[in-house]
Amino acid sequence: MPEPLIEVRGLKTWFPVRAGVISRVSGYVRAVDGVDLTISKGETLGLVGESGCGKSTLGRSILRLVEPTAGEVYFRGKNILRLRRGGMRRMRREMAIIFQDPFASLDPRQTVGDILGEALDIHRLAPTRRRRRERIADLLGLVGLSSELGGRYPHEFSGGQRQRIGIARALAVEPSFIVCDEPISALDVSIQAQIINLLEHLQDQLHLTYLFIAHDLSVVKHISDRVAVMYVGKVVEISPAGDLYSQPQHPYTGSLLSAIPIPDPRLERRRERIILKGDVASALDPPSGCRFRTRCFKAQPRCAESEPPLNTVNLGVHQAACYYPLA
Amino acid sequence: MAFPHLLELDGVTTDLSLAEGTLRAVDGISFVIDAGETLGIVGESGSGKSMTALSIMRLLPRSGRIVEGSIKFKDKVLSEIAEDEMEAIRGTEIAMIFQDPMTSLNPVYRTGWQVGEPLRIHRDADADAAIAGATDLFKQVGIPDAKRRVRQFPHMFSGGMRQRAMIAMGLSMSPSLLIADEPTTALDVTIQAQILDLLRTLNREHGTATILITHNLGVVAGMCDRVIVMYAGRIVEQGRTEDVFSHPEHPYTWSLLRSIPRLDAEAHDPLLPIQGSPPDMVHLPPGCKFHPRCPFAVTRCSQEEPSLLQVREQLARCWVTQAGTQLSA
Repeated sequence: MPEPLIEVRGLKTWFPVRAGVISRVSGYVRAVDGVDLTISKGETLGLVGESGCGKSTLGRSILRLVEPTAGEVYFRGKNILRLRRGGMRRMRREMAIIFQDPFASLDPRQTVGDILGEALDIHRLAPTRRRRRERIADLLGLVGLSSELGGRYPHEFSGGQRQRIGIARALAVEPSFIVCDEPISALDVSIQAQIINLLEHLQDQLHLTYLFIAHDLSVVKHISDRVAVMYVGKVVEISPAGDLYSQPQHPYTGSLLSAIPIPDPRLERRRERIILKGDVASALDPPSGCRFRTRCFKAQPRCAESEPPLNTVNLGVHQAACYYPLA
Repeated sequence: MAFPHLLELDGVTTDLSLAEGTLRAVDGISFVIDAGETLGIVGESGSGKSMTALSIMRLLPRSGRIVEGSIKFKDKVLSEIAEDEMEAIRGTEIAMIFQDPMTSLNPVYRTGWQVGEPLRIHRDADADAAIAGATDLFKQVGIPDAKRRVRQFPHMFSGGMRQRAMIAMGLSMSPSLLIADEPTTALDVTIQAQILDLLRTLNREHGTATILITHNLGVVAGMCDRVIVMYAGRIVEQGRTEDVFSHPEHPYTWSLLRSIPRLDAEAHDPLLPIQGSPPDMVHLPPGCKFHPRCPFAVTRCSQEEPSLLQVREQLARCWVTQAGTQLSA
C-alpha cells in the first residue's frame, strides 16, 4: 500500500440556514455529509461532481479553510481538526490551494513580488531581503514566468499568466499537498493545456500530492490517478481513473460520462446517451435513502428505504454506493 | 423576391469604438445557412463569434457599428432595413438565446408572462391566451408541471429550467432561425445534455435552422452539420463538421483539437498546448493573425494575410495548407 498523506473520516460540513426576524436556524445545507477518503503521497485524486455537490467545500474543509461540523482529517497521521492556532499555522505550510478565478484571487493593489512575498513573510521563510528577492525569482521561474516580472501588477498579465502567479503563490510555502479548485475552468481553451502540463510537471519535480477538483471529466481523467465522484454531499463512487471511465458502476457516474461531448463527430453520432430527468437534489433537504434515486433510471423501492454504503466492487480499489450498479 | 439562402452574410465587418481606439471585432465574415441546418461557430473569447450574432440581430452595443458588408435574410437585407422593420423580424423570424439564463429573465415578472410576451406583442393575444400559449411552450421544452410553473417567478427556477424557459420564449413565434450563443456554458454537464437534446429535437421536428455559438468543440461535434472556426474576428476555417474535425486545414483548428483532453483518450497521453496567448484585438500582428502561435508558420505568414480559400473539402485561411502541405504531428 502506498503511504497515505491524507485520511478523511466521516467528514461533515453543514451550513446553517437562518430565517425570520430573529434569524433562527431553520435548517442546514449539508454541503459535505459524511465523506471518507484517503489520498496517497504523490498521487492526484480527482474530485468531480456538478455545481453545488459539495466538492469545493470538501476541498476547503480538508484544508480547514471552512470549519467542518464533524469528522476527522488526518495529515501525516495527525488529526488537524484538533490543532490549535499555532499548530494549525505550522501545518498550513504543508498545504496550499489554487483557485478557479485568477482575476478575483489576486489583490490588484499588490505587485506580483508582494503577493508571493507575503506568504514567505508570514511563515518567515526569507530571513533577508536578498533571500526574499531570490526566492520570488525562483518561484516565477518555476511557473514559467520571467523573474523580471515581480514588479508588475496583476492587471498587466493575461488570464493564463495570472493563473501561473496563483500557482507560484501556492508553491511559496513549499507545500506537499495542494488543492486545485477548478484551476483551468476560467481560462481560454487554448491556454488550458499549458496550465495542466505545468501542474503535472510541478508534481513530478516537487513530489506534490494533488486534490484536483473539476466539473470537466475529460480534464480529470487526464490528470488523475484516482477519481472520486460526488453527488449532493456524498462520494458515490471512487476508483482508479481508468476503471471509472471504462467500467463506471454508479448510474450517476454513467450518466455524467455519457453527457460529456467528445470532439469527434462520427463517434458523437453513434453514442448512446443517458439523459437524466430533472435537476440535482437539494442539499438542504436531501431525498431519503440514495440521494440520486430521484433522477436515477435504475431506482427501485429499496433505494428510498436505506442509503447504500460505499462498497468495494473490484479488487478492493473500486468502490460504489449503489444497490443496482451498472453491469 | 427571395434570396437563395435563408441567411447570407457577405463581408460583414463590425467595429467597436473604445477609449483605446477602434477595434475591428468582426472582419469580413461571409457564410450562408439554409433551412433546417445547424451551423456551429467556435472560437475563444474575443474571437468575434458573439459579435457576429449581435450584428445579425442588430443588437450591437452602442459603441458597435457594422461598417461594411451585407446581411440578407429571406427577402430582406437586414443591414439596410429600418429599425421598426428589424424589430418585427426579431423574435418572430429570428430568435436568440443567450448564455446566461440567470440574467436574461426579468426577476419581477412571472415566467409565463415573460414567455408569453411575444404572443401579446406580435399576435395580439390577450393575457389569458398568452399564458395558455406559454403553458404549451413550457410543455414543448420539457418543463414539468407547466401550469404551475408559468405562475412562478424566475428565482424559483433552476438554471436548466430558466434556459428551457428562454428557449420556450425563443420558439414562441416559430422562428425560422434560432441563434444560440453559448446556451449551455453556464450549465452542468447533465443539464447541458438535456438542453442539447432539446435543441436537437426542435431542429428535427420544426426544421428550425440553428446557429450554435460555443467554445466547446465536443458540443459542435455532436450538434452541427457545418462549422466555422473564428480567430481574431476572422473565419480561419469553414466546412462540414466531419471534414474539419478529421483533417483540419488551419493550424489553429489543428492545435486546438490536440490541446484538449478527451474522454476517449488514454489517460496520461501528454497534451500538446498552443503556445502564447490569445491575440490582443487592439494590436493585432501583421500577416496571419495566428502566426505568432503557429507551429507551421513560414516567413510569408508574418508579412501577408492569407485569404479564406478552398483546401481539400473545406475553406481555410492559411498559406501553408493552401500550398498543399498537410498538417501532421
